[in-house]
Amino acid sequence: MTDRHRGEARFEALLAAEEKVEPPDWMPDGYRKTLIRQIAQHAHSEVIGMQPEANWISRAPTLKRKAILMAKVQDEAGHGLYLYSAAETLGITRDEMMRLLHEGKHKYSSIFNYPTLSWADIGCIGWLVDGAAITNQVMLTRCSYGPYARGMVRICKEESFHQRQGFEIMATLSRGTPAQRQMAQDGLDRWWWPSLMMFGPHDSASTHSRQSMEWKIKRVSNDDLRQQFVDMTVPQAEYLGLAIPDPDLRWNAERGHYDFGEIDWDEFWAVVKGNGPMNRERIAHKRAAWEDGAWVREAAAAYAARRRDAVA
Amino acid sequence: MSYSVPRLPEERDGDFSPQGRDGSSGWPLWEVFIRQRRGMSHIHAGSLHAPDGEMALQSARDVYTRRGEGVSLWVVRSSDITASDADEADSLFEPTADKPYRDATFYQVPTEVEWL
Repeated sequence: MTDRHRGEARFEALLAAEEKVEPPDWMPDGYRKTLIRQIAQHAHSEVIGMQPEANWISRAPTLKRKAILMAKVQDEAGHGLYLYSAAETLGITRDEMMRLLHEGKHKYSSIFNYPTLSWADIGCIGWLVDGAAITNQVMLTRCSYGPYARGMVRICKEESFHQRQGFEIMATLSRGTPAQRQMAQDGLDRWWWPSLMMFGPHDSASTHSRQSMEWKIKRVSNDDLRQQFVDMTVPQAEYLGLAIPDPDLRWNAERGHYDFGEIDWDEFWAVVKGNGPMNRERIAHKRAAWEDGAWVREAAAAYAARRRDAVA
Repeated sequence: MSYSVPRLPEERDGDFSPQGRDGSSGWPLWEVFIRQRRGMSHIHAGSLHAPDGEMALQSARDVYTRRGEGVSLWVVRSSDITASDADEADSLFEPTADKPYRDATFYQVPTEVEWL
């Protein structure tokens, strides 16, 4: 048996036994590339996701909300770093991932290409966007690649605070003045459909899903995850007394699930292809932050070199 | 947050050149170990890039202990770790399987005998 055959047999045996694949193990080229793409995009999403939220730090309504929002944005940076580290175990460097993001060759979640127009949007990001993310990430804690699964466990633990603080913002607005209530409803109207889009195309249109399921990178299909999210979230919206902007939404007793309307797939693909409301601005801001931070990286390296010389 | 971004028809995997893991602005990679409480061992938590050990510790504090995860941190240059070879795992660890007498449950103890 050649090394490759032995590696392949071992890889298949690990997957079949529900054991994790670890960095030094042999893995198919496609598995490695799929994971690099997915983990890097996940990391980029955490990092770009700081922008719409940071937009409201200076305008948070109270000092408590401001402290919470800063902690949340700091968490997103941390989550990005855990994920970049996980991707690096597959042989790509941090600098390479930054370059691919800055050049538009790597993508990030389209949800962050929508603007945060009001304080309620911060509530909606926590409640809906993080809620959708958690649905996906809980599944990913069972991913077959060890470093990714471990990162997800840590992230899921931290992320539950994000969703709760978002729901609390929405609950406070919903119990407020008519204007605050309207602000909450407007937020839900804007974020509901983009949140459903986060789960990706229908299973029938998702060509790479099947392979990812076979590799046990993905454990639940896009449509099943989306249904799970709708079923969890509709009663929460009812509690808030807010109306979900979907005339086709109704409980289907036969299925034991909510039926819901069709996503506007033209909008979905337009945003994926770079024509969402904020695509250009997000990348321009990211590049500017990287370039403006160059002196910090240089200073840190110079400081470390000087200390090394002093010791030598 | 998370995020499958669907693949566009014309999209290809970003070409990359593996350069080893010491590739972030020339900053080496450090492995981070956290002691959760006094009396426990330091346990591996993750990794990060930093120009030297002192800055690695500062970053480790920010990245890995935002919620009181520990009382002590170690950072170790990843390149200083010597690891066993995954391909040799069978020959390295197999011998323990056929030595069950190293385990207390191997031995029969009469039920009426105490303190064993």
